[in-house]
Amino acid sequence: MRRIFQKIYEIGIVTEPVARDAEYERLGRELKRRVDERFRGSLAIRQVDAGSCNACELEIQALNNPYYDLERFGLHFVASPRHADLLLATGPVSRHMEEALRRTHAAMPEPRWVIAAGDCAAGRGEFVCGYACAGAVSAVLPVDLEIPGCPPTPLQLLQGLLVLMNA
Amino acid sequence: MSQSRFTWLPKLLSRLAKSRLALSECPDAPRPALAYGVQAEDWGRLPVYLQEQGCRFAGLWAEVRDGRLAVLACVEKQGDYLVFETEVPIAKPELGSWSPVYPGANRLERHARDLLGLVFLNSPDARRWTRHQAWGEDEHPLRKDFPAEGHGSAPTPADAGYPFERVEGEAVYEIPVGPVHAGIIEPGHFRFHALGETVLNLEARLGYVHKGIEKLAEGRDGAGLLRLAARVSGDSAVAHAWAAAQALERTSGAEVPERGLMLRALLAERERIANHLGDIGAICNDVGFSFAHMQFGRLRELWLRRNAALFGHRLLFDTLVPGGVARNLDKDGVLALLADCRALRKEVTSLFPVLRDSQSLRDRLMGAGVLAKDQAQRLGCLGFVARASGIDYDLRRDHGYAPYERLSLEHPLHQAGDVAARVLQRAEEIYASLGAIRQLLDRLPHGPIAVSLKPPEPGTRGLGLVDGWRGEILSYVRFGEGGRVSRYFPRDPSWFNWPALEVLIHGNIVPDFPVCNKSINGSYAGVDL
Ligand code: SF4
Repeated sequence: MRRIFQKIYEIGIVTEPVARDAEYERLGRELKRRVDERFRGSLAIRQVDAGSCNACELEIQALNNPYYDLERFGLHFVASPRHADLLLATGPVSRHMEEALRRTHAAMPEPRWVIAAGDCAAGRGEFVCGYACAGAVSAVLPVDLEIPGCPPTPLQLLQGLLVLMNA
Repeated sequence: MSQSRFTWLPKLLSRLAKSRLALSECPDAPRPALAYGVQAEDWGRLPVYLQEQGCRFAGLWAEVRDGRLAVLACVEKQGDYLVFETEVPIAKPELGSWSPVYPGANRLERHARDLLGLVFLNSPDARRWTRHQAWGEDEHPLRKDFPAEGHGSAPTPADAGYPFERVEGEAVYEIPVGPVHAGIIEPGHFRFHALGETVLNLEARLGYVHKGIEKLAEGRDGAGLLRLAARVSGDSAVAHAWAAAQALERTSGAEVPERGLMLRALLAERERIANHLGDIGAICNDVGFSFAHMQFGRLRELWLRRNAALFGHRLLFDTLVPGGVARNLDKDGVLALLADCRALRKEVTSLFPVLRDSQSLRDRLMGAGVLAKDQAQRLGCLGFVARASGIDYDLRRDHGYAPYERLSLEHPLHQAGDVAARVLQRAEEIYASLGAIRQLLDRLPHGPIAVSLKPPEPGTRGLGLVDGWRGEILSYVRFGEGGRVSRYFPRDPSWFNWPALEVLIHGNIVPDFPVCNKSINGSYAGVDL
């Protein structure tokens, strides 16, 4: 136990206010303001991988690491679509995930939003027009915003979330 | 190929000859393997002798050739690879199954059946695998008459009615999980049968992220192939791109310059470390030890930022190109990487003892999800999953591809086969990779980082064999007109590690499933293709 505390003390708080990610910090604060205004301080996200190569998920997971710590801006990932305001979908929508994606969306209470994250989800990736893919999230669901990148970096994801809040 | 290679082959060949199994050596073997043609009637008998002679099953795939279906299977012994192939007419595409002898062949055979329509006659499990409801039972996407863009945009129904195994009995209940999971992870379905808390049976049903990668590869040039390969399983972008690149370069006869090779290995070891860091943290998190999750998440993030700064991409996508690598590394870059290695070594050296000594972590991880050595061997498990169960195979040493044959690597090995052993194995592999990176940076020669290559001749083919962080990746590429890809089959190690999960979960409690699953960490994308 002593070593755990020692490590925590040594490392301190790495969550970034430092210069290198001032951009992230600035965006995050703005995002928090919008979430406070429009969602009473809490926006719940349900993430669905609809045929991703899995790298989009790795970067979305990174939003929870101590450098980005998305939750401090009032955004958090939830397990149940019933609790979600926002569907964050990745991948070119493999036909085998099509119905699961639709059902997840249908299970969300209104009002609800959909973000297609990553080039694949936006219909621009390496997997478009194959027999096994619908081609883009917008081919299956009404999409409010597309976030580019292969995969989008945590910063790009945050920028995207902010754009949606300001829309 | 050195002289000491394939020393075991004469004995195997004479054994096969004695069993009246006629072979013909293929002059166009996909290098670095040797290849033999077999009569279709003999196909089902062959694995019995291969197993008897100690060959490990390494892959099975098929392709259309002049209106016939060719089936290829690969085995390995002592780091050497042997491919067997046979052909059957499309009108009667039947042959014997390898699954009764090599259980690892089962899902690959079912995949070949779904995509090409092969029928494996005596298979113990002939249910569909990759196919859900996006195409019919009698259609086969990799056949030439199947349109690349599919059959229009009508909604695809869910795959209800898959015939899961059933466990009957009083108080036995069933838990369906997925395809959408609770966390931010890939989709797949797990069907549990449990009695109280105890798992009696687990069956995985994958295929949800099937994107048709094998068909999408057709007609691509070398650069396009590598871009696609990097996205077979995004967490293994370097390893898959490297395997595809090897197949391409071996086929076109290109020699990647030494500096390019060393940089590839550097990228591959960085990819290994990034994944090990992330997963060790995630495993601890699955049993509620969030301290480790945060600490290892922090280290992984720093590592990825360096990737972005020096190689242009956090996850190293598209850093490999045909003939070499895309970006050079300058002197400052070398110094920064060396400093990173020192810093990481210091960090993990302060963290691992905390993990080792945490009583609650020991309680949860030791003895959970035990995979015995003979089970791992039977399934053909690879990488850290195999090495944590006492199987000492490492492609980098035992197959010895460039530039690894010139490095001296540490090779950690564990015997317990439980979740704790897999964590320890990966922790020690971080040190081994740090050692490898250090040697690579110390010896990085001057010179070009890539060569240009001429397109491969139509009909030629090659194999790529790379030790990704999950273990051996085997990629087969055949080229057609204009040096364009006519067949690409990447065999991710997850094909053989996923089935281990169904075995090691027996007798564990349902709440331990997440941590057992994470400790194997099969790639869904990598097998769904
Ligand atoms: S956008 Fe790129 S990273 Fe995301 S799923 Fe597609 S290929 Fe993978």
